[in-house]
Amino acid sequence: MAILVYTENWEGKFKKLSYELVSYAAKLAEDMGTQVVAVSIGNTDKEQLKTLGKYGASKVIAVCNGELNTLHNRAYTAVLAQVAQKENAKIVVLAHNNTGKALAPRLSVKLKAGLVSGVVALPISYQPVTFRKKSFNGSAFANVKVNSPSAIVTLFQNSYEIVEKGIEPTIEEFVPTFPEINAQVTNVDKVTGKILLTDAEIVVSGGRGMKGPENWAPIEEFASLLGAATACSRPVSDENWRPHSEHVGQTGKIIAPNLYFALGISGAIQHLGGVSSSKCIVAVNTDKDAPIFEAANYGIIGDVKKVLPDLVAAYKEFKAS
Amino acid sequence: MKILVCISNVPDTTTKIKFNNEKTEFDKTGVQWIINPWDELALTRALELKETSNGVITAVTVATVGLIDSEPTIRKALAIGADNAVRVNANPKDAYYVAGQIAEVVKKDGYEIVICGIESSDYNGSAVGGMLSEFLEYSSVSSVSGMNIDGGNIVVNREIDGGKETLAVKAPFVAVVQKGIAINPRIPNMRGIMMAKTKSLAVVEPAAMDELTSYETYELPAAKAACKMISAENVKELIDLLHNEAKVI
Repeated sequence: MAILVYTENWEGKFKKLSYELVSYAAKLAEDMGTQVVAVSIGNTDKEQLKTLGKYGASKVIAVCNGELNTLHNRAYTAVLAQVAQKENAKIVVLAHNNTGKALAPRLSVKLKAGLVSGVVALPISYQPVTFRKKSFNGSAFANVKVNSPSAIVTLFQNSYEIVEKGIEPTIEEFVPTFPEINAQVTNVDKVTGKILLTDAEIVVSGGRGMKGPENWAPIEEFASLLGAATACSRPVSDENWRPHSEHVGQTGKIIAPNLYFALGISGAIQHLGGVSSSKCIVAVNTDKDAPIFEAANYGIIGDVKKVLPDLVAAYKEFKAS
Repeated sequence: MKILVCISNVPDTTTKIKFNNEKTEFDKTGVQWIINPWDELALTRALELKETSNGVITAVTVATVGLIDSEPTIRKALAIGADNAVRVNANPKDAYYVAGQIAEVVKKDGYEIVICGIESSDYNGSAVGGMLSEFLEYSSVSSVSGMNIDGGNIVVNREIDGGKETLAVKAPFVAVVQKGIAINPRIPNMRGIMMAKTKSLAVVEPAAMDELTSYETYELPAAKAACKMISAENVKELIDLLHNEAKVI
């Protein structure tokens, strides 16, 4: 028996998210009296693979195959299913991100293992295993019981703290079989050198209150001072003031940073659905009755165009002190 | 080629979420039901593809798993422009069950392209599209934000961390789509609404299928402490609070 965790890599490197998943799996394994096996697909060197042990993986299975350098859902699912069967995985843990959402449901059918997606905490019960997940766009939590002998979960980013265990893992190479790949990546268009919205600990986000794309310079400046990513509300991306990739909210990206600045964002329910899991929300808005103040921890009533430069100045002063 | 678009019937996204006293079921009283927003975008793009494909796409069908109370939502999909609809007459309790039912529909009627929204706005499972593709042993592309058909070739854009990939895929396949797949959802016009009444809405009985998960209970998030207000004249205090109280900077 084992807890299996799929640790995605980004150009050969793991991220904090990968270690959160391993830490979560380690706690499940501890509670169930078993151990964690991590599986990595793609080119990752031994030193990187070993870092998974630091957070609790006893064994790391590395799958390296030229055809698997980009995500192909059907082939990746076949690989994960073979590893899960080989290790007799009781629970398989994946991230609730693009990749996890693509693979976990396929794996659920392949292994006939119940899927609970968007999990935010440790199981509320192990007999039978029951997980707490987000539902209704963050307006509620649901406790979902798994009826099958094994389970699959996708874990929300930032919902479990990383814990160091300091295990020296065994590393095993595995050669899988998978069905023919009939999709081909013909182009990759990537922004480099920017902090990714989904990775950011701090996010500075602007709404209609910014009045126009020409007013975004202070947001960019504030974000760069904070080491933050920039984001926006839906009307802003609909108006093409900012790229769609920056839209956070129910139909855009769902994020959970430590600190979220909502600048000139009124906080429609659809927007809150995408940001309500942030640890701390700061709102600046002219309208004292804006719903964003109900979700925020700290609020300033005022015109963001006036408040933001003061905020930038105050932060610079704080950094200098 | 025929396209199948999977539709979920969900509470309007502005609904105040409530549960029964035992917290075991969503309280449907007074709720307005809509086509799941992502599915509506999927349907819009499917219709655009049909209209511009020079006859390569011959029909767009919508399918849902739901009881009779989901029919107004299906009629709306027909009014938007779907050619016909299939309703599997069952209560959609679990994603595995739902995907298994839709897989039966696909196997029976033969669709080369199946499009599903990335998630439903009620249970947020992000599961049915992927599960369906595995039931069918089709390839699948998830996080799809663009889709074009050029002759027999299907080209999709997939969102990745910090960018986008373009993929050439071969039918049959399942596209799990998200924001960007269509700009604005189509709104039914009067002619569409009239025509929807005469379009075929087939009702099929469910196949035997397991439920791998059960929704036991629901909880509302704990009430949040009131927002601490800071004067716009004293933003220094905010920085201080973020550092010393919230400890986030």
